[in-house]
Amino acid sequence: MLTKRIIACLDVDRGRVVKGVKFADLRDAGDPAELAKAHSDSGADEIVLLDISATHERRATLLETVRRAAIELFIPFTVGGGIRTLKDAADVFDAGADKISINSAALTDPSLISSIAERFGSQAVVVAIDAKRSETREGWEAFKGGGRTPAGRDAIDWAAEAESRGAGEILLTSMDRDGTGIGFDCELTRAVADAVRIPVIASGGAGSAADFVRVFQQGHADAALAASIFHYGFNKVSDLKQELSSNGIPMRLPC
Amino acid sequence: MIAIIDYGAGNLRSVKKALDCLQQESQITSDPEQVAKASKIVLPGVGHFSSTAALSRSGLRQEIADAINRGIPFLGICVGMQWMFQGSEESPETQGLGILEARCERFPETVKSPHVGWNSLQIHSATKLCRGIPSSSFVYFTHSFRCPMNSATVACCEYGGKFSAAVELDHVFGVQFHPEKSGETGRKILENFCAL
Repeated sequence: MLTKRIIACLDVDRGRVVKGVKFADLRDAGDPAELAKAHSDSGADEIVLLDISATHERRATLLETVRRAAIELFIPFTVGGGIRTLKDAADVFDAGADKISINSAALTDPSLISSIAERFGSQAVVVAIDAKRSETREGWEAFKGGGRTPAGRDAIDWAAEAESRGAGEILLTSMDRDGTGIGFDCELTRAVADAVRIPVIASGGAGSAADFVRVFQQGHADAALAASIFHYGFNKVSDLKQELSSNGIPMRLPC
Repeated sequence: MIAIIDYGAGNLRSVKKALDCLQQESQITSDPEQVAKASKIVLPGVGHFSSTAALSRSGLRQEIADAINRGIPFLGICVGMQWMFQGSEESPETQGLGILEARCERFPETVKSPHVGWNSLQIHSATKLCRGIPSSSFVYFTHSFRCPMNSATVACCEYGGKFSAAVELDHVFGVQFHPEKSGETGRKILENFCAL
């Protein structure tokens, strides 16, 4: 049976893993290569590394970080942040990533999705969408620039367009929930998951095992991503997966 | 030396990295002469079935077929496995190697496609490639087309019906999943191949 995936996310700034609440107040949580390996050993189904400084700062150290983290990883490894061109993507793949995640650059130039997909395959292209509930209408707006700028796009329409342009997966972050620990936005996740055929990874708001159960059952997510709840040793991935499994969620066990 | 065939499709770094990790000498190559000298051949593949047409144009197809005839162990991964069949619905005009008499097909509409994630294997016959792997072990898949069950199937997977997850014909192997991304199980499968 196809299992639901638990993805550990490393938000990296200048070569160190950090995690903020609502994209601010960063706290140092350690070395990316070390944490990636630790999460993998603990049963993470995938690792995502997002260079959160990339779109507004130089990212000289990113490729070196990716290279170091990739060496010992025998599970899928996605890298995002600051990928603006096919060349940027190629460099990240060359450093050892299996998939790239694009966000702002795809909103600015949607053809980037198809150009990377044609060269590296759709399975290697994750389109990340930062979505926030609209203050003026029903639904959710997509944001770019690390959540700083409204993209003027409806999040669900954008997900459908990304799929049609060759995205292999959608990484959907609820900006309203990110870093809060009060649970995933199941309504948003379900709206997107039901609108596309490609897998949807829910992100933003994970605080407890019950949140994961809800986003899989009610949110129709194929995978769920979390960062802060794993980094400080609050919750080992293996403990979380055991608990989800006992709640009837198909999990890869033993990891 | 293990030749990792480069035919201009996708990212071959992961396979190379995995073999490096297992301390196996390997080389990413698109040179038919290198392939002729290889002790083993790995044909990775991601993306579209039509990209395998490059194998015919470059002379690699003939070189691989000759190596297989000489008894050189061969492992096709993902689209590399699909290429061992006659062809695929994904690109009907592109000819596969055809050592397996069937065509790859789409998933039914009843399931989401692509099939992405960790799914369990049902290993159902004596196999060199999956030796020491318990049935029900999880491996990582990412694909939109699948190989039907056939006489060479040694492991299958269930997703919108059963399909071939691994095929084996003497020294010729194919896996639909990505052993290089499948944790300890995948590592063991690659070790088994390298140990042949």
